[in-house]
Amino acid sequence: MDVINYESTEDTPKIILDRNNGIFEISGRSLPEDAAEFYEPILEWLGEYGSNPNPETVFIFKLEYFNTASSKLILDILSKIENIPNTTIMWYFHEDDEDMEEAGTEFSDLVEIPFEFKPY
Amino acid sequence: MKYIYELHKTMVARNLILVYEGEFTQEITKSVLAMAERNMDAIGEESGTKRKVFNVMVECLQNIVKHSETLNQPIYEGRNRAVFMVGKDDDMYIVTSGNAVTNDKVRDLHDRIEHINSLDKAGLKELYQKVIKAGDGLSAKGGAGLGFIDMARKSGQKLSYDFEPINDKLSFFALKTIVPRKKAKSE
Repeated sequence: MDVINYESTEDTPKIILDRNNGIFEISGRSLPEDAAEFYEPILEWLGEYGSNPNPETVFIFKLEYFNTASSKLILDILSKIENIPNTTIMWYFHEDDEDMEEAGTEFSDLVEIPFEFKPY
Repeated sequence: MKYIYELHKTMVARNLILVYEGEFTQEITKSVLAMAERNMDAIGEESGTKRKVFNVMVECLQNIVKHSETLNQPIYEGRNRAVFMVGKDDDMYIVTSGNAVTNDKVRDLHDRIEHINSLDKAGLKELYQKVIKAGDGLSAKGGAGLGFIDMARKSGQKLSYDFEPINDKLSFFALKTIVPRKKAKSE
């Protein structure tokens, strides 16, 4: 499988999806003009990965900010991950960012995946 | 040239720290955000307040990019022409926008904002979760239908709005969101 490696920009996050090295990470800011278009390759990649996943998957979200259109797509990503056995979400949030912590809690209520919350 | 002085006086009187009028695109959105961020950084704004203001600004600006209407009339020539302003005083930031919408959308906008304003914190959370779970994806314009709810949640305040009739097809939709300023820990 190809590695996805997006550098962050002003309005899109850094994304690494690398099954061989076991790195699954989305970090930074997400406010693209067209969130559905931006995340489409990510959802496709996860669909393919899900058909033959690693024995264990730790998926890191380390978002500084995301807009509401991205939040819908984050839920789509979590729904894809939900079908992958032995998956954990590491939800990072800045220690004084209650809104990002709460956003993680709310996502964890919407999907059946264990979340670990990591202040930084 | 008197209008320059008048405009300047209005901006000072209304504590406006940023005004943009014109076409709205994602590129403009990024520039306006960067300017507002620099402005807040320069005065050492508390990080929580900064994040909330940023949040409200993004939803407001992207709403304009996605939904503002224009007609081929002199005052509304050009695409997505709108006004966006940020004001600041000792206690709050005031994020405002104004753009034309077609009259058939006025009722829906009015009802949606009224509904949001009728809800408390828990009610807003419930509505947000209901909309995000609805599973009908993003609209053709890329909106999630969550922008106003998020603005109300992040600001913790009611949204103020107004519709001014422009002509038989358009109304001018003005929206104001207040973000209270938290005092920095060091103060």
